[in-house]
Amino acid sequence: MALDRWIALILLGICLAYGYTAWFTMDAGLAPFMQRNPIWPSTFPKVLSLIGMGASLIILLGLEKSEEKIGDIDYRRLHEYKLGQAIALLALMVIYALTLRPLGFLGATSGFLIFGSFILGERKWHVMIPVGLIAAFGVWYLVSQVLEIYMRPLPGFLLGLGG
Amino acid sequence: MLEGMLIGLQTALSFKMILVVIGGCLIGTFIGMLPGLGPMSIIAIMIPVAISMGDPSAALILLAGVYYGAIFGGSTSSILLNAPGVAGTVATSFDGYPMTQQGKAGKALTIAAIASFCGGTIGAILLMIFAPMLSSVALLFHSAEYFALMVVGLSAIAAFAGTGQVAKAVMMTALGLIMATVGEGALFNMPRFTMGIMDLQSGFGFITLAMAMFALPEALFLVLRPREMKDTGSGDIKDMRITRAEARAIAPVIARQSLQGFFIGVLPGAGATIASFLGYAVERNIATKEEQDLFGKGSIKGLAAPETANNAACTGSFVPLLTLGIPGSGTTAILLGALIALNVTPGPRLMIDEPQIFWAVIISMYIGNLVLLILNLPLIPYIAKVLSVPRNYLIPFILFFTLMGAYIGQNNATELLLLVGFGICATALKFADYPLAPLLIGFILGGMLEDNFSRSMQLYDGIAFIWERPMTMGLLIIAAILIILPSFRARRARKLGVADGD
Repeated sequence: MALDRWIALILLGICLAYGYTAWFTMDAGLAPFMQRNPIWPSTFPKVLSLIGMGASLIILLGLEKSEEKIGDIDYRRLHEYKLGQAIALLALMVIYALTLRPLGFLGATSGFLIFGSFILGERKWHVMIPVGLIAAFGVWYLVSQVLEIYMRPLPGFLLGLGG
Repeated sequence: MLEGMLIGLQTALSFKMILVVIGGCLIGTFIGMLPGLGPMSIIAIMIPVAISMGDPSAALILLAGVYYGAIFGGSTSSILLNAPGVAGTVATSFDGYPMTQQGKAGKALTIAAIASFCGGTIGAILLMIFAPMLSSVALLFHSAEYFALMVVGLSAIAAFAGTGQVAKAVMMTALGLIMATVGEGALFNMPRFTMGIMDLQSGFGFITLAMAMFALPEALFLVLRPREMKDTGSGDIKDMRITRAEARAIAPVIARQSLQGFFIGVLPGAGATIASFLGYAVERNIATKEEQDLFGKGSIKGLAAPETANNAACTGSFVPLLTLGIPGSGTTAILLGALIALNVTPGPRLMIDEPQIFWAVIISMYIGNLVLLILNLPLIPYIAKVLSVPRNYLIPFILFFTLMGAYIGQNNATELLLLVGFGICATALKFADYPLAPLLIGFILGGMLEDNFSRSMQLYDGIAFIWERPMTMGLLIIAAILIILPSFRARRARKLGVADGD
């Protein structure tokens, strides 16, 4: 089974769960005055779940024939591309999300930029480290001083925020 | 109209606004030139900056400038490297790259710039004429008609999806609408589908979704398959002049394609890509025999046609956005999201309530086009240097800016995890050839669609508004035809054995 039909199967599952919530569980807690209304919070989701199920079934059952197109990247030969780098970068993004608050903006960002280029195969530390630090500081300066959005620059304990 | 133009001039010609236009165009050209990054990603990245400027006219002017700049940058990389950064400029590379190979890169860039300038300017004039007309009609609309109109807009996206793609486009639109219902609902302010998670109470962040749908998959594609950048052009761009005869040859092409591109851009679901391919095809068909042979081998007409058409279409796509508040393309959907975040609701009332925004945008389109022509063109040899930035440095920065955009918008680190999660899903969808723009358009229109639907349901105490209001009925019938017709046509074609793929 091709990838697009697997995805249709997953989407069908999502629509079924969504539809179940809309049809059977949402209306239970509805206040009496709301029940007199012609439209309930669940009306629109009910319609949507039906449309979603219909469309995903059409794709899943292959009712609409379409020629197989191979796009920019052929997912069947994914391992031939630089998959490792992509996954490592995604992991790095998750780490960045988790460390942004505890480490502070400057530390997390310069780390992200330096390790990002490291993952991509750059080994010139004397270029990577200054570029990462300068960019992190530059962006922090622009965002917090020019656009006036507060971002904690350093770890909390250094700013006396008690961690 | 004259009064409106004066208001617009007053707003757009201040020192700050001109700087904003120039900045937007330069940033757009700069990033648009990088292969693989389209205008949608660039605008998504720029939204936090635009929103924090706090002034809706400045924000819209900035984003429109970025949009033009990105299209222009995209055509530069198609001409110099045969690596279109934007789908709308693929047709440009058909004739632009052969010209570079013949050593006429400078001339090709000049023609592209002039064609874009004329397309954009004529488009802006048409926008100035048609938008007020359309919005005075739209003022008669009732929420029932708005509901129907949005349904038409959404189904038009499915109609332009191409053979075998209709169900996928419908699926993606429905998924977008479903995602829009997460959070506090219309009319009742009751949390729905949050699964008890506090962070979902306010719904998914629109910038997060825009980044995850466009910028992140594009960046991941760049990681997965490094493009070989052939180092042509950038060093030897010279001889930017065009002769009088060449100018006379492309003038009728520009005139025709500006009109055609504009009206294609107005249609929801069509847009710069379709306009540029269609423009190329039409010009090739009506050219004389000997000119026809030149197409694909460096014809100046073949270069001018898609360039004019795609810029005119970009301007045209602002018509439904500004007059009806309904975006027809992914890019205008992102612009709509930014405007809503700035507390401006585009639609027919925009021209009455805040004329300065509407007219400032139109005037800034002229200025933007002028900036591209007189400022960007001479700078192109220098801007093209960005193509030689090593990708080892470039990609971490692109990823960082997508993260930053999502973070600044919500100031919430959970949003970053959502971004990565959605980004992975979007990449998988992209592998399987699902269109992503309908999802975002559905997501942005979802809230308004439900609001208008609920309002008309309450006014008519039921579903009766559909048959009691002929205009609503008519629009809904059009929507149904738009969905049914393409699949019906595909079926008939298969019966005849014409479009049989396997």
